[in-house]
Amino acid sequence: MSHDHAHEPVTTAGEPPAAARVRALADLLVEKGVLEREDIRRRVDLLVSRTPADGARLVARAWMDPSFKERALSDARRAALELGLEPGESPQVVALENTDDVHHMVVCTLCSCYPKALLGPPPDWYKSLPYRSRAVSDPRGVLREFGLELDEDVEVRVVDSTADVRYIVIPRRPPGTEGLDEEELAVLVTRDSMVGVTEPAPPS
Amino acid sequence: MTFAAGDDVVVSSREHSGHHRTPGYLKGRRGTVLRVYARFRNPETRAYGGDGLPKERLYLVSFELSEGDRVLADIFEHWLEQAA
Repeated sequence: MSHDHAHEPVTTAGEPPAAARVRALADLLVEKGVLEREDIRRRVDLLVSRTPADGARLVARAWMDPSFKERALSDARRAALELGLEPGESPQVVALENTDDVHHMVVCTLCSCYPKALLGPPPDWYKSLPYRSRAVSDPRGVLREFGLELDEDVEVRVVDSTADVRYIVIPRRPPGTEGLDEEELAVLVTRDSMVGVTEPAPPS
Repeated sequence: MTFAAGDDVVVSSREHSGHHRTPGYLKGRRGTVLRVYARFRNPETRAYGGDGLPKERLYLVSFELSEGDRVLADIFEHWLEQAA
């Protein structure tokens, strides 16, 4: 095949500032021998290989099996390992259960701490300043914008993930799902419901 | 000073320059310890290339928000004081 056209030179013009910063940091770390390019590539691969489907398996099993749910609530890492998931040694993962009386939603007001090992990379809104600031000042208002109107007698617990623990929410099992098996249930478990800003919809 | 679940605590409002993981909106606030976690390396020295040792105990602390709603946050022991 002929190759008679000129390529654009590989350029960083127009690169967003954050991307330029990351590239500069990576170059420096490699140059100083702290990391190798291969380490960075492996780490990125690992991160993007995780998806909310992993967390959804944990939730679906918890819905099906009360004793598994108890284990997940006391030690989410061990429960995830039972399912063949890879929750990682650190940071520690903690599961919180939403009930008819208590609704948890997760935020990291300081940056973007998120249970990446079970949910993959966080969505952009999770990292945004408006979400991070308003989640702890007006959680019900934020939930309303996500389409979730909670009864006044439901206690909202906003969990600010400020340190070495990452939180995943086990949402309430939707009505009308009694006949579903674990795989069918897992399909209903969305990323946002495991952050606690929505609830899983019943099967359509 | 160590704490147990159920203890009433206050988040220190002392000045601190540099990296730390205690959110400003909780400083000076009174709360209740919900869970006692493990000890973790201190981010205040780790952030500057240090080893983060000695490790500091981490607690899940519950704070009143409004209308019975709460904020739960992870706070390191050296940022907590016993409530009067």
